[in-house]
Amino acid sequence: MDVETKVREIIAEQALLDVEEVQADSTLESLGVDSLGLVECIFAIEEAFDINIPFNANNPEESDFDISSVKTIVQGIQRLVDEKTS
Amino acid sequence: MKRVVITGAGTINALGQSVPETLEAMREGRCGITDLEFRDVDRLSIKIGGQVKGFEPEAIFNRQQLTLYDRFTQFTLMAAQEAITQSGLVFSGELAATTGVVLGTAGGGVSTWDDNYRSVYEDGKNRVHPFVVPKLMNNAAASHVSMQYNLKGPSFTVSTACASSNHAMSQAFAMVRSGMSKAMVTGGSESMLCFGGVKAWEGLRVMSRDACRPFSANRNGMVQGEGAGIFVFEEYEHARARGADIMAEVVGFAMTSDASDIVMPSKQGAARAISGALTDARISREKVGYINAHGTGTAANDKTECAAVADVFGTHADALMISSTKSMHGHLIGGTGAVELLACIMALRDGVIAPTIGYEEPDPECALDVVPNEAREVKVEYVLSNAFAFGGLNAVLALRRV
Repeated sequence: MDVETKVREIIAEQALLDVEEVQADSTLESLGVDSLGLVECIFAIEEAFDINIPFNANNPEESDFDISSVKTIVQGIQRLVDEKTS
Repeated sequence: MKRVVITGAGTINALGQSVPETLEAMREGRCGITDLEFRDVDRLSIKIGGQVKGFEPEAIFNRQQLTLYDRFTQFTLMAAQEAITQSGLVFSGELAATTGVVLGTAGGGVSTWDDNYRSVYEDGKNRVHPFVVPKLMNNAAASHVSMQYNLKGPSFTVSTACASSNHAMSQAFAMVRSGMSKAMVTGGSESMLCFGGVKAWEGLRVMSRDACRPFSANRNGMVQGEGAGIFVFEEYEHARARGADIMAEVVGFAMTSDASDIVMPSKQGAARAISGALTDARISREKVGYINAHGTGTAANDKTECAAVADVFGTHADALMISSTKSMHGHLIGGTGAVELLACIMALRDGVIAPTIGYEEPDPECALDVVPNEAREVKVEYVLSNAFAFGGLNAVLALRRV
């Protein structure tokens, strides 16, 4: 399964939405995912891809991981997955 | 209503293994946060903490005691010995019958859980030591103090996460104030610095990898600590009649619940606890000279706490001092309010305000006098101690100079 599909599934499950409702330009806020939901998403993604995401809930903006939209999250994860396999 | 004073104090924490050692470190603004040392620490991403080092339980307790005392109980007994010895109280007869032990802890015997889970899950053993349950139970520490000092009054353990100690001390205060007990032993302890304890906190992603910098704009999370703080709360006339050395007076408390979120703090809940403590103590807000903040060093707590203080105190918020000693000893979770009460006692008795160390950049959302980096000599009449727990449970104590 490709990274984008899996990430959208995980976010959809957390947001109690259908996968189709999670679009590339959706923000977590627009999907109704709060800070606790975000930490749960990150955990589920780490488990699914066996990666470590550099994310600190204290300063999400300054973490070396862009969570501003579904697209940037997918890009960040794709990079971590690529780094792992290379 | 009776007046309630503190006639004994004891502690062990990352800053020292007694009250004088701890207060000296707070005066000097020393940091007790170091590299964690325990099994499997290399598998953690958070590797720092306010760990008690140079403490050798084998040199203090015998083999039989060690099979029953988890580290949080060991800390409690060390601190209780210092506090009760200082108070000079000997418990017998009517005094013993009404004096109890009310302590706070969030996790109880965390390392006992950890060690024995490891034994049955990882090592595949099918048998554990017969005392695992009495060693790990949250009330073990309170029970051992009651047994050691013949305290036969109301004893129990309060577990409200990061506010456990303040809830416990509030309860003990209420018991002495009401006349129910002439004295109470109170405070709290915590010992979560083991692999499982830190791993659990790591999951929440609110921990700092490098330092606890409360109120600083570049703060990046909390740092765990461990240890205990134990006090003797005594009815004023009882203490005076026997010529006891009085460290400070406890004059009020309040407890509130946010009833909103399991982890995010609420300004209203915190503000209601702070103003409630002032009302209970019957003091006007202008009298408060110092607040020992909850000040965890997380983004959420520090700005919410500062906003709550600004709401309650109005223009006086700019005149009072507020510091977080967690920057030095770490966050002792269920034991934290007890160790932090020592900073309140130092402020009242010695006129020394403990600093918030690690403070590097002002944060407009925390624009109060946080006593950055260096202790200050100021006489204060009244102080508050804040504790705001996960689960939205808050407890604030008010104290006065005697």
